Amino acid sequence: MAQHIASLKSYYTVFTSLLVLTGITVWVAFMDLGALNNVVALSIAVAKALLVILFFMHVRENSQLTKLFVGAGFFWLVIMFSFTLGDIFTRDRLPVPQGWQETKSVLTISNSSPSPHH
Amino acid sequence: MSSEYASVVAHQFDDIEQQNEASTLGIWAFLVTEVLFFGGLFLAYIVYRPQFPEAFASGSHHLDITLGAINTGILIGSSLTMVLAVRAAQTSNRAALVSWLIWTIFLGLAFLGIKGVEYSHKFMEHLIPGAAFQYEAEFAHHAQIFFTLYFAMTGLHAFHMIIGIVILTVLAVMSWRNRFSASYYAPVEVTGLYWHFVDIVWIFLFPLLYLIGRH
Repeated sequence: MAQHIASLKSYYTVFTSLLVLTGITVWVAFMDLGALNNVVALSIAVAKALLVILFFMHVRENSQLTKLFVGAGFFWLVIMFSFTLGDIFTRDRLPVPQGWQETKSVLTISNSSPSPHH
Repeated sequence: MSSEYASVVAHQFDDIEQQNEASTLGIWAFLVTEVLFFGGLFLAYIVYRPQFPEAFASGSHHLDITLGAINTGILIGSSLTMVLAVRAAQTSNRAALVSWLIWTIFLGLAFLGIKGVEYSHKFMEHLIPGAAFQYEAEFAHHAQIFFTLYFAMTGLHAFHMIIGIVILTVLAVMSWRNRFSASYYAPVEVTGLYWHFVDIVWIFLFPLLYLIGRH
């Protein structure tokens, strides 16, 4: 826990930066940048999250052990994402072993499935 | 240990620094499980969106970007008032602590109120997944996946905010009774960490749900 008391000015600066970044991300969303739209939106979100974590949550001033916990949390998140996505988005690229029956990806939901309300 | 801290350090700790570090480490251990809890929903989003990009973009167009952006600002504002409440505790400023906590509660309620308005619009527009769901025929099926994720993610987020507001209310009463000061304010600091975490979840939900396919 922070023994050190941060200045009011630093908090107001972080707050203003977060609002400005929110404005930029909304503004950019209306421009057509193709795939870059996702990159910009997520980069801004990561920047905002880092501002909150480092300044509002005082992680900069925390002990090494706490920093290790924080880092471990996001490291495990990366494991969960990368292993799952690595599986799902490479299924169609691997050859079907001999004697196995080829099927569509389990996640592909048929557009023609029964839907009585339309 | 100085006598100033004698009454606030539990017997299992050597000193106030060790006790404070244990509090911070404890809440972070909890927040790490929360990161992975919400992470599962974000993962579901990342798995489905590349498979149905048009349906997701179409669903995103049905969300109110103005209300979403206003709510983002409100939540960022509530993180500021929360951090100012912690600072007021650090400087033993009881009046400021109580008023910043009340501001944080007020902004949290404002966020939930706007969220409620959005939910009621979705209800009236038949955008709740299930039997009553109505949508342009082209995306009728896959847009339900988007709205299921929308309600699951924003609903879980709103639930966290309700819990946060309840805790903040308890803290406001305790602060009013002068229970916190520069020598002991761990509950305020720890609640602040939880509140900021909930803010961070929204920082990612807003672009993923409201901004995709806007252009």
